Amino acid sequence: MLSPAELDAVRLSLSIAARSVIVSLPLAIVVAWLLVRGRLRGRVLLDAIVHLPLVLPPVVVGYVLLLLFGVRGPIGQWLDQAFGIRLVFTSSGAALATAVMTFPLMVRAIRLSLESVDPGLEDAARTLGAGAWDRFFSITLPLMVPGILAGVVTAFAAGLGEFGAVITFVSNVPGETRTLPLALYTALQTPGGEALAARLASISFALGLCGLLIAEFLARRMRRMLGR
Amino acid sequence: MLRIAIRKRRADFQLDAMIEVPTPGTIALFGRSGCGKTTLVNCIAGLLQADRAFVAIDDFVLEDTDANVRVPVEQRRIGYVFQDARLFPHMSVMANLRYGERRARTGKRFVDFDQVVTLLGLRDLLHRRPHELSGGERQRVALGRALLSQPRLMLLDEPLAALDAPRREEVLPYLERLRDELAIPMVYVSHQFEEVLRLATHVVVMERGAIATQGPIETVSRHAALRAIVGDEAMGAVLNGVIVSRDSSTGLAAVQIGAGTIQAHLPEAVPGAHVRVQLLARDLILATHPVEGVSVRNMLAGTIVRIEPEDRGTELVEVDIGNGALAVARLTCAASVALGLHVQMPIWVLVKAVSIQGHAFRAPAA
Repeated sequence: MLSPAELDAVRLSLSIAARSVIVSLPLAIVVAWLLVRGRLRGRVLLDAIVHLPLVLPPVVVGYVLLLLFGVRGPIGQWLDQAFGIRLVFTSSGAALATAVMTFPLMVRAIRLSLESVDPGLEDAARTLGAGAWDRFFSITLPLMVPGILAGVVTAFAAGLGEFGAVITFVSNVPGETRTLPLALYTALQTPGGEALAARLASISFALGLCGLLIAEFLARRMRRMLGR
Repeated sequence: MLRIAIRKRRADFQLDAMIEVPTPGTIALFGRSGCGKTTLVNCIAGLLQADRAFVAIDDFVLEDTDANVRVPVEQRRIGYVFQDARLFPHMSVMANLRYGERRARTGKRFVDFDQVVTLLGLRDLLHRRPHELSGGERQRVALGRALLSQPRLMLLDEPLAALDAPRREEVLPYLERLRDELAIPMVYVSHQFEEVLRLATHVVVMERGAIATQGPIETVSRHAALRAIVGDEAMGAVLNGVIVSRDSSTGLAAVQIGAGTIQAHLPEAVPGAHVRVQLLARDLILATHPVEGVSVRNMLAGTIVRIEPEDRGTELVEVDIGNGALAVARLTCAASVALGLHVQMPIWVLVKAVSIQGHAFRAPAA
């Protein structure tokens, strides 16, 4: 039903979105924790930086990534020389760009869930002999799970469609960085590619809808489990 | 011995409390809401940092700010039962109960899982989740969870305040069993005098952050600070009694109070059991001679030891009814004058048997 090139695009989209989520999840939890519970002074600034990708043109994000992680960029050069890792034109780079773009969505969801955790429960755990890390992993984190799942699913679904930052940072390499939206864009630029474009668009629709349904289903289950 | 000395500045009052009581025992912190009871308990638990604190259970010092000693909350081994239970919503009742037990260091256990489950009647609840429990069940689980953490001290912060009267009745007997069957010192915070009456071995009355009076309930029950909180209507001396006998057909029990005996309707009384009886001041009648031809069955002989005028044309008359027991009656000044009451005067105290109903409770084990 799907041509190898189309399959490639779907597979790439899924794997890049998944990798971006895996990379950004731990950091998103840390940042959410700093924003809600941290007593650091630069909280407002941190909040603003985290949310920047939501308001900046994606092309700008891609351009900044290129400056930083390009082969001549300060971080890119170091990664290349020390580990032989190149991000430009690779799917890893696409995952990084996607992670940066979807980071605010993830942090927002996790932050909301952390705000709804009653610190009184942590106090109770404390009187029962649980130290700080113990409390976090046995009480706080499990109670944040609904928000974490919501954040993961939303970030994943949004990551499937990341376009501007990806194409700017890692270009449009078939089989390496040509994800669904990039394939769709390429099809539209190609004479006679309308049918392909329509098919790719339908796939995008279906994937997005699945993501949202799964998110809703998980949220309901969690709510029932916690009796809310 | 439980020794507590805490000072803490709050926005609206200064908390300043010194308590020293033998352990085990149940100390009731009694006072209006906002008088600093919860602040005090949180300082004992270490959840709040006091300005100056000394807290020690027997030889174990939990906090001594002068010596820079401050045991972290999680190492204090204090079983804290919160007003809102605070069960972990993502865990079953069983996992909640095991939470503190698993973290308690081994080798110092004095209550085990089965014992607590039986004591608190939790067997049927083990596989439920907190949101499937009633308010009373939740508090029982919270009690069990705190007990299983093998605490040196239990802190109960108004554990019944969020419950309606029938639920309160459902939990209170469990608290009485806890007090009598486990040798764990308890600090019980309440603004309901009935709970204090049923549970306390030592009562601390608090007012705006300070301790207004403290001591055994018999003494505290006659104190003006307590009267100011419970109100004139609920004022009454608390006395210790022993069930002498009980007529099973009528449910009437003979209770020895002071040097005398009164008949009271106590259907569940067992001969030999110690009871705590509150004689409400407004329910007592004084007579200069033994009276006949009245329905009142109980007459206790005594001597007036004190007469305290109140500001509404009434006075409180304290009567020694023998063996150090003191009853307090409220009468109008007019009645007092008509009878010619004065200190040292022999007098009869008349108690209606029905007035004791609901005011007699099982006394703490000595």
